Amino acid sequence: MGSLGQVTPQQMHFSEPLPLRSGAVLADYTLSYETYGTLNAERSNAVLVCHALNASHHVAGVHADGSVGWWDNLVGPGKPLDTDRFFVVGVNNAGSCFGSTGPMHVNPATGRIYGADFPVQTVEDWVDAQARLMQRLGVEQLAAVVGGSLGGMQALAWTLRHPTRVRHCMAVATAPNLSAQNIAFNEVARRAIITDPDFHGGHFYAHGVVPKRGLRVARMIGHITYLSDDAMDAKFGRELRAAELGYSTQEIEFQIESYLRHQGDKFSEYFDANTYLLITRALDYFDPALEHGGDLARAFAVARGNGFLLVSFSTDWRFSPARSRQLVKALVDNRIAVSYAEIDAPHGHDAFLLDDARYHAVMRAYFDRIAAEQGEPGAHRPGSGSPGPGRAPAGGGERSEPGGHRPGSGSPGPGRAPAGGGERSEPGGPHV
Amino acid sequence: MSERKDLELIAELVPAGSRVLDLGCGNGELLAHLRQHKGCSGYGIEIADANVHACVQRGVDVIQLNLEDGLALFDDNSFDVVMQLDTLQHLRNTERMLRETARVGRIGVVSFPNFAHWPNRLRVLGGRMPVTKVLPYQWYDTPNIRVGTYADFEVLARKTGLAVTDSFGLQAGRVMRRWPNLLASVAVFRFEGR
Repeated sequence: MGSLGQVTPQQMHFSEPLPLRSGAVLADYTLSYETYGTLNAERSNAVLVCHALNASHHVAGVHADGSVGWWDNLVGPGKPLDTDRFFVVGVNNAGSCFGSTGPMHVNPATGRIYGADFPVQTVEDWVDAQARLMQRLGVEQLAAVVGGSLGGMQALAWTLRHPTRVRHCMAVATAPNLSAQNIAFNEVARRAIITDPDFHGGHFYAHGVVPKRGLRVARMIGHITYLSDDAMDAKFGRELRAAELGYSTQEIEFQIESYLRHQGDKFSEYFDANTYLLITRALDYFDPALEHGGDLARAFAVARGNGFLLVSFSTDWRFSPARSRQLVKALVDNRIAVSYAEIDAPHGHDAFLLDDARYHAVMRAYFDRIAAEQGEPGAHRPGSGSPGPGRAPAGGGERSEPGGHRPGSGSPGPGRAPAGGGERSEPGGPHV
Repeated sequence: MSERKDLELIAELVPAGSRVLDLGCGNGELLAHLRQHKGCSGYGIEIADANVHACVQRGVDVIQLNLEDGLALFDDNSFDVVMQLDTLQHLRNTERMLRETARVGRIGVVSFPNFAHWPNRLRVLGGRMPVTKVLPYQWYDTPNIRVGTYADFEVLARKTGLAVTDSFGLQAGRVMRRWPNLLASVAVFRFEGR
C-alpha cells in the first residue's frame, strides 16, 4: 500500500445560484476539491468522499505544506478505497473555512464579508452542490458515496436526493438524525462561541479579532464527545501534570485538562467561528424522516436502487450503534440491499478515522464488490477476490482478539492523526 | 453445516424466489447458493467479525447482530423463509428464538446436531461425551451451550405451537427419513407458525 504522495487542491466556480432548503440561495460560489486516481472511459468508477465537521476536501495524500489528508489511511493506492481502481473525489462544502465559499468570503450582493449573514446550509444543500460538481467532472453516476459521521449523513442524503446518480452508499458512524443530547452538545458549543465578546454577532472580521475563547470551549466539549470513557481513561486516567497536586482552582492539575486546552488552542487558530455554527446547525437539521411523518422507512423508499454498507463502533456514544440499526431497519423495511458491520472498537466516535483492521477489512471487501460489479480488470487481479498480499487485513480477516487490534500507531490515543500516528493534520480532525 | 451436500439438501426446502433471512449465516455460503440457484434474496445475520467480512466479500448482504438481542429489526411476516442452521445450540433462549423465527417468517427452517445419533449414545453409554464431526468440541471447550435431539425438537415444536411441515435427518450427505433420531447426526425441521 502506498501513499498518493503530493496532491494539489483544485477549485470549481459555479455562477448559477444554488437554491437552499431554507429558501435562500447561494448566489455564486466556489468549491475546493481534490481528485485521486483516474476516471475510467465508462465514467463508472467515481467515488465521492464527504467530510465531517472540521475536515475538508483534503482526504488523502500530502499537501505541499506537509499536511496529510484526513482519511489517508483509507484512501490511496492499494488501500481499501483503492485509487488504482477508483476515481476518488473529495470536496469541501460551502460554509466551510478551508477554501470553498464560506462566511469569511465577500458576499457579492453587498460587497462585504458574509460573516453571520452566510446563508444557513443543510446536508441536502451540500449534496446538491456536490451533485453539480460531479456533473462538471463528467460523472453522471457515482459508483459510491462514502462518509463518516456528518459525512455519513451526506452519503445517506445522496441516496434520497439523487438516488439514480449513485449506486452504493457507505455511511460510517452516522445517524438518521441527531438526538436531543447531541443537539444539546452542539448548542453548548455554539453558545460558547456566540457569547464570546470577540464574536461581535458573527461580524468579528471587521473588528480584527477572532472569538478564540468560544472556539476553544466548543472544541473542548466536542472532543470529549468523540472519545469513549475508556479511551480517555486509558490515555489520561487521573494522571497529573505536575508531580503533585497544586490545589489551584484555575491552573491545570490533570493531564486531560492540558490535552483539552491544547486541542482547543490549536483549533481556535485555524477554524472559523461562523463555520462552526453553520456546520453544527447542518447536523442538527438533518432529519430525512421529518417530511415523512417521522417514518424513516418511507424516507428511504426512494433509495430502492442503491446498495448500502453501514458501519458503527461499539463505544461510539455520540453516534451509537443503535442509531445505525435504525437505518438498517429502514432499509430492510424497503427490501434494500444493506450490509451492516458493528465494529467492537474502544475509541468512541473517533474510531471511524482510525485504522482498525476489522473496519478497514469490511470497507475493502465492499469496495472490492463494487469494483467486481463494474467488471473492472482491477477487480480480478491477484489478491482482489481472495485473501492475498495487500488484501487480508492484519489477522487475515479472522476475528481479532478483544482489544487486540490497536488501530493506528502503538498508542491508540484519542486525537491521533489518521496516518503516521502523529498529531492530526490541519485542516484535520474531521470530527462529527 | 459446512458440508456442501447438506447445504444443498437444506436449500431444497426453500421455495424458489423466496425472500430469506438466514440467522447465523456464517460465511454466507447458503445465501449465495440460494441466490445463485433459486433466485432468492435476503439477508444474513451474523455476530462474528470474520463471517461478516466473508459475507461482504462474497457479496451476500449481512447484518451484524447478536441474535440473543432478538429480531426487533424485522417486522412480522417480512420474510418468506427464516433459516436457523446450526445456530440453535449456541443461543440461550431457543424457545424465544423459535417464536421470533415464526413471527418474522412464513416458513421456518431449523437444523442442529442430533445428540441422539447412535454413535453419541454409545459414547455416552461408555461414560464419555461424544466428540464427532458434527459435535467436534470437547465438553469443557465448546461454543454449544446445549445439545438436543431430533425427538426433543418435536416436543418443543408442539409446545411452541409450531406446525412442522417437514422434517428429516441428515447423515453423510444423505436424507434420513427412517429413524432419524437414531440414524442421523443432523436434525432438520421445516415449520410454520400456527
